[in-house]
Amino acid sequence: MYSEKVMDHFMNPRNQGEILDADGVGEVGNPTCGDIMRIFIKVNDNIITDVKFQTFGCGAAIASSSMATELIKGKTLEEAWEISNKAVAEALEGLPPIKMHCSVLAEEGIHKAINDYRVKHGLEPWEEKGGHSHSHDDLACEE
Amino acid sequence: MKNEHTIADTPHLLEPQTYTHDTMASQKSIYMDHSATTATDSAVVEAMLPWFSINYGNPSSLYRLARESKAAIEDARGKVAKAIGAKPEEIYFTSGGTESDNWALKGAAFALQKKGNHIITSAIEHHAILHTCQYLEKHGFQVTYLPVDEFGQVRIEDLKAAITDKTILVSVMFANNEIGTIQPIPEIGAFCRERGILFHTDAVQVIGNLPVDVAAMNIDLLSLSAHKFYGPKGVGALYIRKGVRIDNYLHGGGQEHRKRAGTENVPGIVGLGVAIEKAVADLDVKTSRIRALRDALLDRILHEIPNTRLNGHRTMRLPGNLNVSFEFIEGESLLLLLDHAGIAASTGSACSSGSLEPSHVLLAIGLPAEVAHGSLRLTLGVENTEEDVSYACDEIKKAVERLRAMSPLYADYLKKRSCNV
Repeated sequence: MYSEKVMDHFMNPRNQGEILDADGVGEVGNPTCGDIMRIFIKVNDNIITDVKFQTFGCGAAIASSSMATELIKGKTLEEAWEISNKAVAEALEGLPPIKMHCSVLAEEGIHKAINDYRVKHGLEPWEEKGGHSHSHDDLACEE
Repeated sequence: MKNEHTIADTPHLLEPQTYTHDTMASQKSIYMDHSATTATDSAVVEAMLPWFSINYGNPSSLYRLARESKAAIEDARGKVAKAIGAKPEEIYFTSGGTESDNWALKGAAFALQKKGNHIITSAIEHHAILHTCQYLEKHGFQVTYLPVDEFGQVRIEDLKAAITDKTILVSVMFANNEIGTIQPIPEIGAFCRERGILFHTDAVQVIGNLPVDVAAMNIDLLSLSAHKFYGPKGVGALYIRKGVRIDNYLHGGGQEHRKRAGTENVPGIVGLGVAIEKAVADLDVKTSRIRALRDALLDRILHEIPNTRLNGHRTMRLPGNLNVSFEFIEGESLLLLLDHAGIAASTGSACSSGSLEPSHVLLAIGLPAEVAHGSLRLTLGVENTEEDVSYACDEIKKAVERLRAMSPLYADYLKKRSCNV
């Protein structure tokens, strides 16, 4: 069902943990739907110098969190913002169709963490591009 | 030392031998998903084999080869009947539990539609029942889905209250496949018989686990499936009490007393016969052993892993079934870790089913969705040992700890707890 890459990131998650003095934190998902992702970022000179995640969810959710944090580490905030859910899924060598929402959660988690940082620094939050408004805030768990 | 010398003398054997040994040692394989299916018993396989290529005659034909097939089917029919307290002529072979359930419900509903259009079932039935009921609802039938209590049992008062003068059929499973809860079947049977309402029970999980007596329990229709009790897949039976008339489901030839068309699955039926005979023999001894293993595993899990709850009934429960929820984690990731450790198990989490909805059974007993997501079902069977139980518990504990360590819900829980202290 899962690619080797997904299993690798699930079995050996990168950047798992918490940053106590994080500059930005983003949480997405909903326990009712079975997945919550929390992304912590540390920012220095507009660059993400450290990133950690905590995830409650399936194998794909954990692997997506792990891969997403790898992809944004060392990137500028602008570069990190551009990393799409597709990029996360592709880096994982694909996700089963029903699990694509896990990569969407990862993208949204990063966006929330970045905007949390921006707001805390008196900056305007960046606007989510259209396309997918897959936030799990509504109770209907989506595919 | 003597062995070492021998190996040194034959160096070409050294490498493959070492390799084989290491592979076996690291590939532990513990099957704890007997409610999903079981391994076909070797004696069952052996009994089936001649019926593929040696005695392959079509039972409907007239020559000796065919008569042998026919006799084998009748022998198996006798064994199934004996196992559940029925008469041989009340047993009809099918392709398994799903067909038996579909036939029982659709066959009874359409045969009795002039009498009424109301069917009563429970909210925690297998999908073979629930989806059949939904189909019948599209065809003019009304279905009441009885709720269950927190342990998963149907309350007889709810059944009585749901009966109308249009009620033609009650279908309540004998025991649940996910949480193992056993229903008050004799009470439901007695009540339905008294009211003249047909009573069907899906007993797919029950054969070889609990004694079944269709006559004493006032059961009119009963579904069973061979692969749940060490028989082959693709074969089952529907018991139809003598005098009960239901419509045919499969139309065609005159097999099974003209009630179920299609050339009989002779090897499968032979396998079903041998399997059910073995399944009900020494039932108490076998189930006591499995129950003791299950209880040992359950006690260890509940004692050693905090924030864990048992789902289902403590005593009114299938002997091999264990269903627990671990707070703060999700079941699919738990299954993946257990699979990596060589343990085959199951979960009611949505994320494993492809539907994104957690198990309807766990929701029906009142579990919040997030707790249903963290459920684990282990169903033990004949080949499980004390070592299996001990290994499984150790691995479950490790896996739960590992997933909790990365769970934001657990992090929040720990923070809250340290604030309260």
